[in-house]
Amino acid sequence: MSPILPIFKREFLGYFRTPVAYVFLAVFLLASVGLTFFVSQFFKAGNASLAPYFAWHTWLFIFFAPAAGMRLWAEERRSGTLELLFTLPVTPLQAVVGKFFAAWAFLAAGILLSLPLALTTEWLGDPDWGVIATSYLGSILMAGAYLAVSALTSALTRNQVVGFVLGLFANLVLVFLGWSVFNAALAAVFPQALVDALANFSPTTHFDPFTKGIVDPKDVVFFLSLAGFCLCLNVLVLER
Amino acid sequence: MIDVKGLVKNYGARRVVDDVSFQVRRGDILGFLGPNGAGKSTTMRLITGYLRPDAGTAIVQGHDVVRDPVAARRCVGYLAESAPAYPEMTVREFLDFIAEVRGFRSAEKSARVGRVLGLCHLAAVVDQPIETLSKGFKQRVGFAQALLHDPPVLILDEPTDGLDPNQKHEVREIIRRLAAEKAVILSTHILEEVEAICNRVIILSHGRVVVDETPADFRARQPGARLDDIFRTLTRGDVDPAPAAAVPATA
Repeated sequence: MSPILPIFKREFLGYFRTPVAYVFLAVFLLASVGLTFFVSQFFKAGNASLAPYFAWHTWLFIFFAPAAGMRLWAEERRSGTLELLFTLPVTPLQAVVGKFFAAWAFLAAGILLSLPLALTTEWLGDPDWGVIATSYLGSILMAGAYLAVSALTSALTRNQVVGFVLGLFANLVLVFLGWSVFNAALAAVFPQALVDALANFSPTTHFDPFTKGIVDPKDVVFFLSLAGFCLCLNVLVLER
Repeated sequence: MIDVKGLVKNYGARRVVDDVSFQVRRGDILGFLGPNGAGKSTTMRLITGYLRPDAGTAIVQGHDVVRDPVAARRCVGYLAESAPAYPEMTVREFLDFIAEVRGFRSAEKSARVGRVLGLCHLAAVVDQPIETLSKGFKQRVGFAQALLHDPPVLILDEPTDGLDPNQKHEVREIIRRLAAEKAVILSTHILEEVEAICNRVIILSHGRVVVDETPADFRARQPGARLDDIFRTLTRGDVDPAPAAAVPATA
């Protein structure tokens, strides 16, 4: 009779009780698919591959993960329901896990809503479904990692907007660590080994193999441990 | 029952709860009084385990709230100040959620939710989002949530706050009826309420217990005086710069 399931259910359905969820999903799909067609010139490239679509995810999640995660804890603090939640027979860990998985499920739903894109590509050409599958998997894992960071920043404040901005900056820093342009700039000053080590902390480095059809345990572990680390910190912050 | 010993809570340099000790037995309805800022809500939050004490212990039904918080909270029904609830949920969704978190499923869950909906007269607003409810209904939703699992201990922070006189009367009746089997702490600013339903009174001033006795003894401190005046004598220090010393019981 774990309380995690009711907490998960409440948070997940809670997204849909307000118009926010629908606006979020619409904007996310518009942005991700729009960028694929207009900036990446999906049709012009003539390739039956969703690579142009997934290429944007590393950058899109910087904004959309905090948007989904900012309400997780900041809203509870502000409306006083944090006091309600933590006087129920629930441990902070159960609450953190329940809410995180609800937000992750929501983001995963948003990502998977682009499946029609994959289906039409199948109708028009002959894409590699293995690569598409691993790309979706990698994208969902990556979203989870960004989200854990955003949930942590949400727990640090009672203001959703502050949580959003903090989450955005934290995710931005992580992505920059692996961005080729930034790395090149760093390499001019620091030894390459250090630059590579820093790049290893970035989702950019670890998402790439998924888009090429490779599911490397190392990359899966990266995303899961980044998420796990942030969730542990989240519990600590709440236990104060 | 509740056993509180030497509770201390500091917010930075300020001592908000200062060596508070008392016991509440089954059948007691303890009235918690004190000026705003005296430490009533903080003490209640310490007993429910929401805040961690800097010193002292609180034992609820044999469970230490710091060492075994989940077990202690299973025995407690808590109504926080301002009756927090998830605003976009309907009353039924909210009570279902609380029931599920407390481990009730299907038939038992429906039965318990139905029971508190009737007890707190929420049938009329059962499918309305909580944010659209009036203060009186919101308060009763919070009260319903605290009663849902029929806990042996009730901790109610201003349960009649914002209710009209009829609703106040109803809530007091519910508390009085349930209290035979339970240990209840309720905080209030309404001194008449204390005389009406409580069998014990504790007054906090500057985080310290200055009075711990029956309402009759409290009234006897200044025979013929209004309760407000007796209260003011004891807690004047909260308004004036110099804090009042603890006043021993006379009779």
